[in-house]
Amino acid sequence: MPRVVVHVMPKPEILDPQGKAVAAALPRLGFEGIASVRQGKRFELEVEGEATEEVLATLREAASTLLSNPVIEDVVALEVEDA
Amino acid sequence: MRIGVVTFPGTLDDRDALRAVRLAGGEPVSLWHGDDDLQAVDAVVLPGGFSYGDYLRAGAISGFAPVMGKLVDAAKGGLPVLGICNGFQILCETHLLPGAMIKNAHRSFLCRDQPLRIENNRTAWTTEYAEGQVIRVPLKNQDGQYVADDRTLAQLEDEGRVVFRYVAGATHGPAGFEANPNGSRHDIAGITNEAGNVVGLMPHPEHAVEAGFGPDQPGEGTRTGTDGLGLFTSVLRSLVA
Repeated sequence: MPRVVVHVMPKPEILDPQGKAVAAALPRLGFEGIASVRQGKRFELEVEGEATEEVLATLREAASTLLSNPVIEDVVALEVEDA
Repeated sequence: MRIGVVTFPGTLDDRDALRAVRLAGGEPVSLWHGDDDLQAVDAVVLPGGFSYGDYLRAGAISGFAPVMGKLVDAAKGGLPVLGICNGFQILCETHLLPGAMIKNAHRSFLCRDQPLRIENNRTAWTTEYAEGQVIRVPLKNQDGQYVADDRTLAQLEDEGRVVFRYVAGATHGPAGFEANPNGSRHDIAGITNEAGNVVGLMPHPEHAVEAGFGPDQPGEGTRTGTDGLGLFTSVLRSLVA
């Protein structure tokens, strides 16, 4: 079964409190030299049958309808991984 | 007047919302997220909580619950709808209201008594208040930071659609968040749609409806606050009018 991976990130202009929290914790653990962190989401969708262009179009719609909220997030990648 | 209150899996404040409707003089009606039926109610409250565990995003999955399909159509037709906290998040996710909520800027859950200024007393849910009046109701959330793009914010301001704004005088809070509890743009606590029938706010008026069980009212005593009742009496009056 082909797997489609969708990456969702907070929009650049939106403050990312989770990323900020991670960025603040890193130097406390001795991980220096990291200027900033932004945290997003990765979805793995297993597709029944072939990942045709038609299927991908449906998934793109799902990604912008449910998997992300366009007000605060961008779908930055939607890619097919080998089965 | 029958006021429906929707229960989703993970809703917390449906009982308090039903009680607020009763104390205001309405007939409370429980609605179920999985039912494709509004039971002919005259208005609907989407209460607070963590529907569907806030999975994905707060309010995201609830926005597609069977009852919401009916509710979105009815709201577009003028049915008064009030979204409180998680209910506000759901209204934003269904695009009945613009913008979205993200995590509080200080990254902590915050619970306190919060003063709010009534900026618009012409909505279905705020006619019992005076414009500029400051009310005090509990606030409790983690994802309460209201965000929208500059164009949307300008439109909300120009059209007078900011209904509640955070003001100073809360019980406590992190440094820098004395008035605005979460970093919300323009200190926005609640907004309305163009028609004024759909209102959403993050703080909890349904927890401030009965003396003895409300927030502390400075100068009057502990738990005496009933400032939230006005939302529920407002909608009953607007339905009769």
